[in-house]
Parts: sequence; structure tokens; C-alpha cells
Amino acid sequence: MAERVVIAAETTWSRRRRRLTWGRVARGSVPYWLILPVLGAIGAILGYPLYRLFRLAFQHYGLEELIRHSGQPVGLHNFGHVLHDQIFWHTLVRTVIFTVANVGLTMGIGTLIALLLVRVSTVVRVLLTAGLVLVWSMPVVVAVQVWGWMTNYQNGVVNYILTELHFGDYFQHNWYGSTFSQLAIVTTLIVWGALPFVAITVFAALAQVPADLVEAAQIDGAPPWRVFLDVTVPIIRPVLLILTSLSIVWDFGVFVQPYLLIGQTHITPGNYLMGIYLFEKGYFDNDYGQGAAISILMLLIVATLSIFYVRKMVRIGDVD
Amino acid sequence: MVFPVFWMISSAFKPTDQINSFTPTWFSRHPTVSHFTTAVHTPYFWTDVKNTLIIVSVTVTVSIALAFLAAVALAKYRFTGRKLFIVLVIGIQMLPGAGLIIPLYVTLASYHLVNTLTGVIVTYMTIVLPFSVWTLRGFILGIPKELEEAAMVDGSTRLGAFVRILLPLVAPGLVATSVFAFIQAWNEYLYARIILASQGKQTITVWLSYFLGTSRSTDWGALMAGSTLTAIPAVVFFLIVQRRIAFGLTAGAVRG
Repeated sequence: MAERVVIAAETTWSRRRRRLTWGRVARGSVPYWLILPVLGAIGAILGYPLYRLFRLAFQHYGLEELIRHSGQPVGLHNFGHVLHDQIFWHTLVRTVIFTVANVGLTMGIGTLIALLLVRVSTVVRVLLTAGLVLVWSMPVVVAVQVWGWMTNYQNGVVNYILTELHFGDYFQHNWYGSTFSQLAIVTTLIVWGALPFVAITVFAALAQVPADLVEAAQIDGAPPWRVFLDVTVPIIRPVLLILTSLSIVWDFGVFVQPYLLIGQTHITPGNYLMGIYLFEKGYFDNDYGQGAAISILMLLIVATLSIFYVRKMVRIGDVD
Repeated sequence: MVFPVFWMISSAFKPTDQINSFTPTWFSRHPTVSHFTTAVHTPYFWTDVKNTLIIVSVTVTVSIALAFLAAVALAKYRFTGRKLFIVLVIGIQMLPGAGLIIPLYVTLASYHLVNTLTGVIVTYMTIVLPFSVWTLRGFILGIPKELEEAAMVDGSTRLGAFVRILLPLVAPGLVATSVFAFIQAWNEYLYARIILASQGKQTITVWLSYFLGTSRSTDWGALMAGSTLTAIPAVVFFLIVQRRIAFGLTAGAVRG
């Protein structure tokens, strides 16, 4: 009798527990159902192509193969070919130098503008910010066309202004005559476009620096640059690091600005940047296998460069 | 800083003889809209505007709907694999577009989606989806938990509290994210250039990029008018949502 009661009690208890568990499982599965559509979409539109990319990199895949939808396996041939290609290494070095110059200028000038914004009166600050936001909002392709017009060799306004300001005779100066000059013009375009984001973000970070800390340092007689380096910079450092790593990733993979501004006719292996090299090799020469090998190398480099940013953002996302 | 923007607008309204002169005219005393007329009547302008609007609206609608669900999951639930999902969402945004053109092109080709608007829409979702998930997550987090809890204490179910309390509050965030997604898709060039090969089936940025040509007698006035027209939707929308979105990329960085 007593035994039965115990058994009965146990059964109801275990049944209830099971029901609870099922309920918990059902509730626990909710987030998975919610992320499923995005996961499915990303898997289909990005995951599968990336899988194809890895297969392509080990195949010979040209126009013929694109039509037949199948490539011939060639092992590591594509990678070997790329890594023995002088153009690849020259392009890599050129892109690294280009990235360092662009990121350095963007961060340096951007921080200076942010410091300026802190110092000026409210009216000037509002005007400056409005200007920055306007520049920020310009589509890249539009900015490229405006640059093309301003620097055109016949009657570009840049040549006129430089001549008028007595920087020398820039009458009909051709800015697209040498690789250095071409990339320098592209740099001005990229830095111009990137400055608003950097300046406004650093400005927001500067607003978080406690005023009494700065004052205390000033009272102790520290010169302004020491106050900046020893008080301000450590506090805004996380923001500076995030902006720098974002800029590195963006500038390393840049495509639209150099491609359109230098123009297809002027693009030669002598002025390739990584993005363009990839485009010319894979898309223009219809050698998708080799293009895929270069893509993988480039994605690996960018992935390494962005580890810092991703880790930082994941930590933020994981906390809240 | 704003000189290039000024110069674009100023040139768009200048008579051609002032454009071609060696001495620039800063403000034209005889502004003309003839360059805008030329630009608008350039072949395929309206078709390309229409194409862009179709691509952009479908991309944004689908992406925001899917992204919102995932954003709720990230903001409201803790689950195994959550961190991995965040890594995915952030990591994808770092991938350089140039590095993805070959796999995307070859995959689209095998589904006969090259040179179709669908192909571009699908590709644009790789850009818009991760960004929208992350931004919407921020907006949902911005709503105080207490509001939802109060509704649940008052007898609402979790879903009821969600629909009646959370949804109206997150609506401005949904609009802002959609607008920003619109701008990204409107401004995109690389994928559209590669996927849409035939004339009359392109987007506005590709239309603008072919305007310059290689000839020496470029019609700079019309080019600047075309540039102004291309920029207007992006600029107007950006000015509206800038405040709400701008800090999404680095939000919380100061705290961390």
C-alpha cells in the first residue's frame, strides 16, 4: 500500500518534472528560433559562397568552367602561382604603406579636429559639426566624381587654388601622372571621407574625460601636451584603438575610391592596391581560381587585422 | 572640409562657359538648371533610379524583418552559442567587399542570378543584415526592462508585453535602422557594378560612374548635376538619422 503511494507520488512527480523540462526546453529554444532566419540567410548568401571560395581556390576555373559549372582540381597550384607572383608582393607592400599613411592621417587629423571642437564656442562647434555631418553623408561614388572634377588636369580648381596661393605653377598639372601622385590624391579623398566619423567619435569620447582631472594636472603645472598625453589619451584610448583598427581594416580593403578615381584606363600593375588586384585578376581576367586564392589570402589578412575590433565588440555585446 | 560639397552644387548650376573657363567662378550670377535637364535625360537615368529603389526597398524590408527577430534574441535571451552568433554578426561586417566578389559572382552564376536585381538584393543582404541585427539590438537594450516587467506583473503574457510595450517603443529604432540600411544600399557600388552588366539594368551609382567616360570633353556640369541628384536622398536621410545611428559602431566603447 505504502509502496504504491510512493510509486504513484514518484510517477506524478517525475511526470510533472518532465513537463517542466519540456516547458523549459520549449522556452529555451525561443532564441534559437529567433536567430534561425538570419542564420539561414547568412548561411545561404555568405556561408555557401565562402565554401565555394575554398573549393575554387584549389581548382582551375575560368570562363569555360563558369559556363559548365565545374572546375578542374589543381591542388595548391593557384596559391603557388600567386605567392611566386612579384605583382602580389609589390601590391601587398604598396597596400600596407598606403594603409599606414591613410590611417595615420585620418586618426591624426581627426583627433585634432575633435580637440578643436572641444575648445571652440558653441556656435562654432555646431557649425563645424554640421559641416562634418554633411561630408559624412556624401556617397563615395559622388565624392569620387567631385574629386575627379576638382583635380582634372585642364581646369581643375585645385590647380587654380594652388597656383593662386603661390605653391608653384600648377597650371594644367596632371595629378594622375605618377603612381605616387595617383595614390596621394586617392588618400586625400579617403581621409576626407573618413574624418567626420573619427572626429565626431573622438569628440564624444573627449566629453567623457573628467574636467577636474585635467584641471588638477594643469594646477600641478603640466604643459598642455603633457596633460593631453598623460591624462586625456589614457581615458580615450579604447575609442582611439577601436577607430584605428576599424580604419586599418577599411583602408586595407579599399576598392571604389582608387578604382574609380584613377580610372580603369590608368590602372596598371604598377599602382594596384589589394582590392583592385583582386578585381582585375579574378573578375577581369576571368581566372576565378587564382582570384579565389588571392581572396582567401586577403580575407586571412583582414581577419587577422580585425581580431582586436571583433573581440572588443563581442565583449561589449556579451556584457549587456 | 565642405568645399568639395559646395563646389559640386556650385558647378551643377553654372553655365557651361563658366565651367570650362580657366578661372573658376565661385558663385554664378546666372545659375542654370540646364545641367540637371541633361543629366535626367541621359539614357537610363530613370530606369536606374527605379532599379535602385526596387533593390533598396526589398533589401531593407526583408533584412529588417529578419534582423529584428535576431536582435530580440540577442537583447532579451542568454543562450548557448550567443557569443558565437555575436562574433559572426560583427565579423561579417569586417569582411572586405572586394574579397567576396569572386565567390558571390560564381555562386550567383550557378543559380542564374547574374544580371538580375534579385542577385543584387541577395548580395546586399550580406551588408545590411549583420549591421541591422547589431543596431536593433542596441535599440532594444535601450528600453528599460522595468516597463516590460510591469506589464507582465499586470497579467500580460511575455508575448503580450512584447507587442504592447516593447514594439511601440522600439519603432523609432526600427525606422532609423531602416533608413540607415536604405543609405547603405543606395550608396553601394562594387556589387552592383559586377552583378548588373547590361545597360538599363543598373543602379544609380553605376550610372553615375559611367558618366565620366574617358573622353577629354567631359560634360562636368552635367556630371556635377548627376552627382547632386545621386547624393540628395542619401544626404537627406543621413541628416535625419545621424544622431541615432552614428555611435552604433563604437557604442559602449568608452565604458569598455
